[in-house]
Amino acid sequence: MTATVNEWVNEHGDYLYRFALARLRDTHQAEDVVQETFLAAVKSNSFSGQSSARTWLTGILKHKIIDMQRKLFKEPTLSDLSSNDDAEINLDDFFDDTGHWSDKIADWDSPDEALTQKQFLGILEACVDKLPKRLASIYLMRDIHETDNEEICKDLSITPTNAWVMLYRARMSLRKCLELNWVKD
Amino acid sequence: MLNCKQASELVSQSLDQPLPWSKRIQLRFHLLICKFCMRFMKQMHGMKKAATQLQQSIESDDSIKLSDSAKQKIQDQLKDQ
Repeated sequence: MTATVNEWVNEHGDYLYRFALARLRDTHQAEDVVQETFLAAVKSNSFSGQSSARTWLTGILKHKIIDMQRKLFKEPTLSDLSSNDDAEINLDDFFDDTGHWSDKIADWDSPDEALTQKQFLGILEACVDKLPKRLASIYLMRDIHETDNEEICKDLSITPTNAWVMLYRARMSLRKCLELNWVKD
Repeated sequence: MLNCKQASELVSQSLDQPLPWSKRIQLRFHLLICKFCMRFMKQMHGMKKAATQLQQSIESDDSIKLSDSAKQKIQDQLKDQ
């Protein structure tokens, strides 16, 4: 089994790493979950050959990613706490006392062409990386990994109300960040 | 009558699950009369689509590789199993 898994590291390592990187957005964390995936693959020894090795490994990786996200969500590191505090996003800044938008919502250029689309994705990435870590985690789980809400609540042990409030905050901040960096009004 | 804050909350929620019909009607009515919330909704849908494209672009980017040292480290650990 170890010999086979060794081959898999060469054959599927890059793919699994990219899969993890898209969802965790941190090279060290992505390397860690890929490593755990291969170790778990050797230990479980339950590859049946019914699905492809890649599909089987990706299934293990998904669990490892959720474990990592749960850990990051529950135990923010010291640097997370000192910077980018969730409290910095004050939703009251977006609206006046009557609940109307404080600033007008600009009409965005739609990023249709391939080149501008690429730029738009680059700005989105930078904006996601600026989010407070916990908001980034839940946003990545929902909008990048497309986990459904029920699953997110279960995985992170939060209520549906918590989940939608956090997603709303994340999306409001992302929209603001995109507006500041993308729109040429 | 919804205000913009409430409308924006419903737009975000609608990305995650279908809204109850009464909320859906209230939101649709607000969007008819509010240019900014209409833009907001389009932007939210655009962001959602962009998130999917971002995920796909990273997954299909062959230039992103697990470093040789990381591969070596994994294979060394596998030897001990």
